Amino acid sequence: MTATTQNISGLQAGGTGSFPTAQETIVRARRLRKIYRTPAEDIAAVDGVDLEIKSGDFITLLGPSGSGKTTLLDLIGCLDAISEGTLEVFGRDVSTAHESELVALRRGRIGFVFQEFLLLPELSAVENVQVPSMFARTPLGRDDAVELLARVGLERRADHLPGELSGGERQRVAIARALSTTTGLLLADEPTGNLDSRNSEAVFSVFRELSEADGLTVVIATHDERLGGMAGRTIRMLDGRIDGN
Amino acid sequence: MAWKLLLRNRIRSTLTVGGVAVAVAVLVSLLAFDTGYQRSLQTDIDRMGYQVLVTAKGCPYEAATLMLKGGGGLRYMDEEVYGRIVEDDRIDEIAPQLVVTDFDPEGGGVTMYVGVDEAQRRLKPWLEFRAGGWFSSPTAEEAVLGYEAAELEQRRVGDRIYVRSIDRALEVVGVLERTGTQDDGAIFVPLATAQRAFGYESKISGIGIRLKDLGQLAAFEEDLYDEPGIQVVSMAQVRGTILNLISSARVLAGSIAVVAVVVAIIGVMNTILMSVFERTKQIGVMKAMGASRFDVFRIVWSETTLVCLLGGVAGAVLAVTGGRLAELLVRRILPYAPSGRLIIVTLPLVAAALVCAVLTGLVAGIYPASRAAELKPVQAIRSTG
Repeated sequence: MTATTQNISGLQAGGTGSFPTAQETIVRARRLRKIYRTPAEDIAAVDGVDLEIKSGDFITLLGPSGSGKTTLLDLIGCLDAISEGTLEVFGRDVSTAHESELVALRRGRIGFVFQEFLLLPELSAVENVQVPSMFARTPLGRDDAVELLARVGLERRADHLPGELSGGERQRVAIARALSTTTGLLLADEPTGNLDSRNSEAVFSVFRELSEADGLTVVIATHDERLGGMAGRTIRMLDGRIDGN
Repeated sequence: MAWKLLLRNRIRSTLTVGGVAVAVAVLVSLLAFDTGYQRSLQTDIDRMGYQVLVTAKGCPYEAATLMLKGGGGLRYMDEEVYGRIVEDDRIDEIAPQLVVTDFDPEGGGVTMYVGVDEAQRRLKPWLEFRAGGWFSSPTAEEAVLGYEAAELEQRRVGDRIYVRSIDRALEVVGVLERTGTQDDGAIFVPLATAQRAFGYESKISGIGIRLKDLGQLAAFEEDLYDEPGIQVVSMAQVRGTILNLISSARVLAGSIAVVAVVVAIIGVMNTILMSVFERTKQIGVMKAMGASRFDVFRIVWSETTLVCLLGGVAGAVLAVTGGRLAELLVRRILPYAPSGRLIIVTLPLVAAALVCAVLTGLVAGIYPASRAAELKPVQAIRSTG
């Protein structure tokens, strides 16, 4: 079995459970709002969103800058608190969940990929991949981490520092890092925003392969219409609302 | 990981470690000085061989210091005093001595001659001869040289040393082994010879007394109050007096050490806080990856502790290697410095300094680590820093 075809669940160190069964609802939002209060006015970055994400979905959140894509991802990823409505992630109501429960979700079930990669520049590619598993208290061995890098085609760059990698390679390391403990949901915020078109398509292909081969649920926020068309499901956002699904 | 994160800004981390190292070196040196000085002083006092010194009335501190350091300017008393005290059955050993000096107007140096009798050897049984032996008679015009005096004068047994002030020569009959006390620089001559040659007939400058029981010191001292023109100084008093003399230096050095430690703590806090600010996004990402508040706190705290531990090790090395230099400087400014090692860096002291450095790191790290731990993930990730 090659690295590219191997199911990644065998490599995950910090997962708190297996992949959800087919078409299980893993995210359910009802009249979800996120309001930023300023002295001048209240700004609804997410304004009454109803949404369901099922396991295995490969979704792009499409919309212009300021449409609320990133805020919605932050809420789904339990990085930020909701203002109104309800949001259930993996069956947990995040508005009432304790901080430790949110940490457990982020630690084992949700993975993030950011536009700016945000790798630790002092650590090599393979060490960056190992970091999340340290927080999960089940450290990932070097061989397993290298195998994850192989999933994104970077096994030969395992010992390179982020500064020695191209933008596309860094983003692929970030994906491998997200995979190291994630067993259910991969959230990517403008993952191709800093990449040229060739690298963008390569990175996007990695996401698609993860979704198709391993059944990983992937949600990608992007303003790139071209990439939006490559996903299984596209949700359009505008002014904090879902404009099309 | 903490180590690698520290290497992010090597210059700043190195400077911070340096700051901690200096603070630890000052602290270790100060404590080593405190230990070394007291130990050397005690050795000096023990090596005098007596616990009580009877001198002519005057400033007891001056008398005690001069007895320890050697040198002239002593007051003299009648030898009859010795005769009246010697019969006291509380005395284990008693030895009179006459300290006189010979000034060399050409070289500008002062040579110290100590007139002693046979009792001096019983008082200091550890005195051993490197060459030759003791005086042939109590009135012989002979000299026994301390180790350093022999080296300085370039004299060996059989040589003669000329004493300018009395215009006569003394024959060197013995050279002592090194003792590490002021005796090393002394030139011993028979007491009667010193009295006669230097014009101090029936005079002595001090009487060293070792009591059979030190508990009798107070009563012994009390009994001597009636004796006119003398004072009694116990070596315990001398020790206390000298420690008082240097107490201001100890307080000053202690203050400097405290300031250095405080500055080091602030420096470490500043460095780690800067590091936290610079890594705000990374900390946000760590939280997004499942790091709990405790995880983030632990990482930042480890960095701080590591900085302080490295500083502690470097400081201890600095204190050990720089101890000799510091000792030279300290000797110049102290009113009295014992002859032994003044700065003694022991293993327990180094261990204590390292523990202190780590504790400093733990304290200094609390605030930056708390700041980092409390960062909201989304705000940290989206920060512009």
